[in-house]
Amino acid sequence: MSASPAKLFVPQDSAAVAVGANEVAIRLQNAVLAGGKNATVLRNSSRGLFWLEPLLEVQTPQGRLGFGPVAPEAVQSLVDAGVLDLESNPSALEKALTHPLCQGWVEKIPYLAKQERLTFARMGITQPLSLSDYEAHGGWVGLRQALALTPEAIVQQVTDSGLRGRGGAAFPAGIKWKTVLGASATTGSSHPTQKYIVCNADEGDSGTYSDRMTMEGDPYLLIEGMAIAGIAVGATQGYVYIRSEYPDAVQQFEQAIQLARAAGFLGPNLLGSGKAFELEVRMAAGAYVCGEETALLESLEGKRGIVRAKPPLPAIEGLWGQPTVINNVITLASVPIILAKGAEFYKNYGMGRSRGTLPFQLAGNIKNGGLVEKAFGLTLRELVFEFGGGTASGRPVKAIQVGGPLGAYVPESQWDTPLDYETYAAFGGVVGHGGVVVHDDRANLADLARYAMAFCALESCGKCTPCRIGSTRGEEILVRLQRTNDPQGKTQDVKLLRDLCDTMLNGSLCAMGGMTPYPVLSALNHYPEDFGLTA
Amino acid sequence: MTLASTSSNSPSASRLDAPPQALTEIVQSVLDHLGQLPGALLPVLHALQNQLGHVPKEAVPLIAEGLNLSSAEVHGVVSYYHHFRSEPAAQTVVQICRAEACQAMGSEALWAHACSAHAKAAAQGQVGFEAVYCLGLCASSPAMAVNGRVYARLTPARLDQILEASK
Repeated sequence: MSASPAKLFVPQDSAAVAVGANEVAIRLQNAVLAGGKNATVLRNSSRGLFWLEPLLEVQTPQGRLGFGPVAPEAVQSLVDAGVLDLESNPSALEKALTHPLCQGWVEKIPYLAKQERLTFARMGITQPLSLSDYEAHGGWVGLRQALALTPEAIVQQVTDSGLRGRGGAAFPAGIKWKTVLGASATTGSSHPTQKYIVCNADEGDSGTYSDRMTMEGDPYLLIEGMAIAGIAVGATQGYVYIRSEYPDAVQQFEQAIQLARAAGFLGPNLLGSGKAFELEVRMAAGAYVCGEETALLESLEGKRGIVRAKPPLPAIEGLWGQPTVINNVITLASVPIILAKGAEFYKNYGMGRSRGTLPFQLAGNIKNGGLVEKAFGLTLRELVFEFGGGTASGRPVKAIQVGGPLGAYVPESQWDTPLDYETYAAFGGVVGHGGVVVHDDRANLADLARYAMAFCALESCGKCTPCRIGSTRGEEILVRLQRTNDPQGKTQDVKLLRDLCDTMLNGSLCAMGGMTPYPVLSALNHYPEDFGLTA
Repeated sequence: MTLASTSSNSPSASRLDAPPQALTEIVQSVLDHLGQLPGALLPVLHALQNQLGHVPKEAVPLIAEGLNLSSAEVHGVVSYYHHFRSEPAAQTVVQICRAEACQAMGSEALWAHACSAHAKAAAQGQVGFEAVYCLGLCASSPAMAVNGRVYARLTPARLDQILEASK
């Protein structure tokens, strides 16, 4: 018999590895060998259904059957239930379906089935470094389209799609690209006369992991997006600045670059087009503020990651003073599908001026934590309760921070507000990079407000005074506010804190100092009792 | 600070002003390999720290000379970034995430447990606990990395088990 081996998939995403996926894969492999089975254990990317990790997927004639969360110790019981024989022996299916860890057909798990996966379409399905998997699932179509278009036409597509920066600032990507396309690289400096594409993969926001998943799980997607950006604006060199807290992503992405280059998707002659694009990974070094684009550029240049004053915009004078497109991972990873399926296709998702989809990331105290890619316009309540299933602890949800450490704590009165950049901005919220961190009723919002100031003090680059000094003063006031019981002192400190936040909001050079007041003020406004204040 | 001379290898000179020959050679090989990159300083520091576990103070003037920077510029970068260390790390470096998502799942209690239950090992330099602000495992909080290897859905007992196994 020469039947092809049965396929079992165990994710290699670090969130799966962190809960034992490697051990699960080894035990399965051993069982295959011990039983002389015609089966192979493959490492796929993660679906992003993290509460089910390690999620074992078994290929059957009817599709992939999921089992999770599979602890290494549970592997034997799965083998006993016949998971190694599902492809060859249809009668084994009935038994497998009754296994307590069986989650049914993976594609039909409601959490996944209800999503609109455009950017994350391949996630969990493919093996991350397999070029043939990538191509078989729609890869490189966008790049091939782009190579047939003029730079202006590519930029127009991106502009028409309505794609905005997914890193948090939500600046229209097409406008940024158009500026770089229209700018000329300067000659005569000590650095080469060229434009650059820089990918901001310094995903420092707590509660976010979509960049990490992309680099680990679908690296060619980011390579394709960056190559398209390069062709669009006339840049031949790209850098991906990845945080040092993501060593697995760095390693995976470096391998992907080598494989893509060997196959002609990077290098001096992209797919025989005569166009060049080179890509290099640079590892960050643990400074949160380097997620701010100008600080990131300073860091890439080998300096302390200190924020630059704008203007000049990086699109005009960016890396080494040259015109530079700097975009977040998800922004660039959204480009291939826009080119492949057209601006209209992408634009038809979303609401208002927030077009397309956003990979929301459910995190913190949440029962079903994971990645939910949906068009803009759904509500926090849908995300946290319908997808997330409420808290992991089973206690009531008290506060939800949306948009990372610089995002507001969204009070219950706004949980039915559609998630859209403008609608959120209207009440002082931030969609940001799509992180959603849930806290149960044991959270103390005064502690979290103090933490926000302390984090800003720790991570401030120190260039501007409101951020450098304001964060330290803010932390001091919050400590005092929590300690004192004197009503008059509290009133004075609240006033002082609000004044300080006003200065930081309006006087800081970048979002670090300029947005730290968001979590602080939202905590103060919506949870005054945690500060010992009457509502 | 004096610039190191690469020819000096006498034991008496191998103190502050002149680094040991071995270090000079290591720095030189890193510079040979990476020194020509645009914006080479961070890649050079990463490579050095990967080899030595830290960036020794004595390496600073060597790097500065090799990259045509001032020692102050190199020192400024080493001291700015949390990732770079000037002193050797503990045998086992445990980075516990203390950011919001992990806080929501008890990371502060985990941190307190780690520091008190393993205080002796920490004092002896066998293990070092460091705060880290997000490992990107926020749907499986709390999380940590032990010498770069990630673990999630931790409890104090699970942390003890992992540290015991990593000895």
